Amino acid sequence: MNTPTSNNEKLTGSWWGTDAVSVWYGKVLALDRVTFRAAPGQVSAVVGGDGAGRTTLLRCLAGALAASEGEIRRPAARQIGYLPAGSGTYPDLTVAENLAFRAAVYGVTADARGADYLERAGLSAARDRLAGRLSGGMRQKLGVIAAMVHQPALLVLDEPTTGVDPVSRVELWSLIARAAADGAAVVLATSYLDEAERASQVLALDAGRELAAGTPEQIVAAMPGTVRVMDRPPVGDAARRAWRRNARWRVWVPDGPAAALDGLAALAGPAAADGRPEVALGEPVQADLQDAVTVASLARELAMSGGDQQ
Amino acid sequence: MNRGKLGERGALAECAGVTRTFGRFVAVDTVDLRLGGGEVVGLLGANGAGKTTLIRMLLGLLPVSAGEVRLFGEPPSRGTRQRIGYLPQDLGLYDDLTAAENLAFSAAVFGEGTSRALPAALRPYGRTLVGELPLGVQRRVAFAEALAHRPDLLILDEPTSGVDPLARARLWETIGEAAAAGAGVLVTTHYLDEAGECGRLVIMADGRVVARGTAAEITGSAQVTVVETDAWAAAFDALEAAGLTAALVGGSLRVPGAPPDVVAGALGGIDARVSEAPTTLEERFFQLTSTTSPTEVSG
Repeated sequence: MNTPTSNNEKLTGSWWGTDAVSVWYGKVLALDRVTFRAAPGQVSAVVGGDGAGRTTLLRCLAGALAASEGEIRRPAARQIGYLPAGSGTYPDLTVAENLAFRAAVYGVTADARGADYLERAGLSAARDRLAGRLSGGMRQKLGVIAAMVHQPALLVLDEPTTGVDPVSRVELWSLIARAAADGAAVVLATSYLDEAERASQVLALDAGRELAAGTPEQIVAAMPGTVRVMDRPPVGDAARRAWRRNARWRVWVPDGPAAALDGLAALAGPAAADGRPEVALGEPVQADLQDAVTVASLARELAMSGGDQQ
Repeated sequence: MNRGKLGERGALAECAGVTRTFGRFVAVDTVDLRLGGGEVVGLLGANGAGKTTLIRMLLGLLPVSAGEVRLFGEPPSRGTRQRIGYLPQDLGLYDDLTAAENLAFSAAVFGEGTSRALPAALRPYGRTLVGELPLGVQRRVAFAEALAHRPDLLILDEPTSGVDPLARARLWETIGEAAAAGAGVLVTTHYLDEAGECGRLVIMADGRVVARGTAAEITGSAQVTVVETDAWAAAFDALEAAGLTAALVGGSLRVPGAPPDVVAGALGGIDARVSEAPTTLEERFFQLTSTTSPTEVSG
């Protein structure tokens, strides 16, 4: 390459993340060969429930944990901002002191930027309040601000919005967008799929393993089979592939003629038996990220119970 | 307990002009609420909106300052508490008892002896101290405990916080089954995507009810302005400089409360496509509950 373009350099050279990283806690495999990349100026989301491995992955990225196997690529410690799950602030310091302390640790002066972030988060009036006396949502906002006040290259946020009310959630996302607009690679863990759908890249974890990965559109496109909507819960085999959403039932009909026919028969059967009108099996609906991740979880659950080839 | 007393059409829970003050602070301000059997009502609001205070008054843990609360047609009492299943935000389990002991204790409190069995799915965890169980399992234990005495009224405070989508769908199945069996359910959530699970919503802000109805009724025909551009960071800066709040969704920006021409003006020379889309419940909620009143768009 005699004439490397700066554009190429950017595309191939600048990302943070993991390459086939595994983490063992004693005999427990918390992360199993997980590959994940976060690009500057983008928001990447890691989703999964309790015990999925989100926190372990984020701790690796933040430099708080070493990999048992695989490679972690992260910037120098002072270029990382990290909000651990459920804390990240000093309860005995005021809001302003928390920010001043964090800025000092990173050797930056951040008075104007800190004030701007506080304003954006609706925290200006609480500057002199002890962090320990803030509401849950306010404390989370302060934690995010404290993690980004030194303008890190990699901003790692562990569940910044869990248990946070919807208004604070909007303000948190405004802060997150601010960090990405300033060029940070933002990685956040969440259990909310609508939130992950706003991210550029999504990694869904389950029991330490990758369940799905890519842009939200790619994950939806990669979903096998179709999702159909019913007014009543199906019975029989199809019940194992059904879940409730918006007070109706969604059924995953996997690919393959035999499997699909089995599903349809089970759906149509019981409706007539109890004398109620036949349940219409709707046309396949346009699946979203939540459907696709739910289907991936179901497929894994069924594969593990050995009751389904899919 | 005379359960026959409650008529088919009777309200399980009713609040009429309920108010609660703490000193000069009005936590709940003249709230009306009615919940019937088989209904799932979502109680939404920002932190400090008064939801928990209202729930505590319904449970009979806190007296009202004004107005009236009636449960099953009576004032709240120990008798009415017996017919309520309550799942508190912090789950309310004893960490140093096993899952089975927690359920047995709760059964004894409700006067049902201590013979209550764990649901089959939770039996493998029965002998483990609750404090040593994963959070997801603890949540299911707490759920089982709230439901075990077949309550007529379920009050669930953020039952699905921190739960993955499939587990969340399973919890809502359980809630739906309880409602289908005739129980009334009052549920709070911060996750507005779940509003679709509720037959009706009641939105509170600053102690008052600011909206009620189905999710579709509450969002109505409100629109949000959408900006699609390759230069989202520059667009974000320009909108902020104009005092507009923009939310980043993928590579596009959503600007509630500002019509397209205002947004286009704020963007100046930035190459962008500006359009309108139906508002989400979350965006509508933000408008309804943020301290600044929603922008009126003149026609």
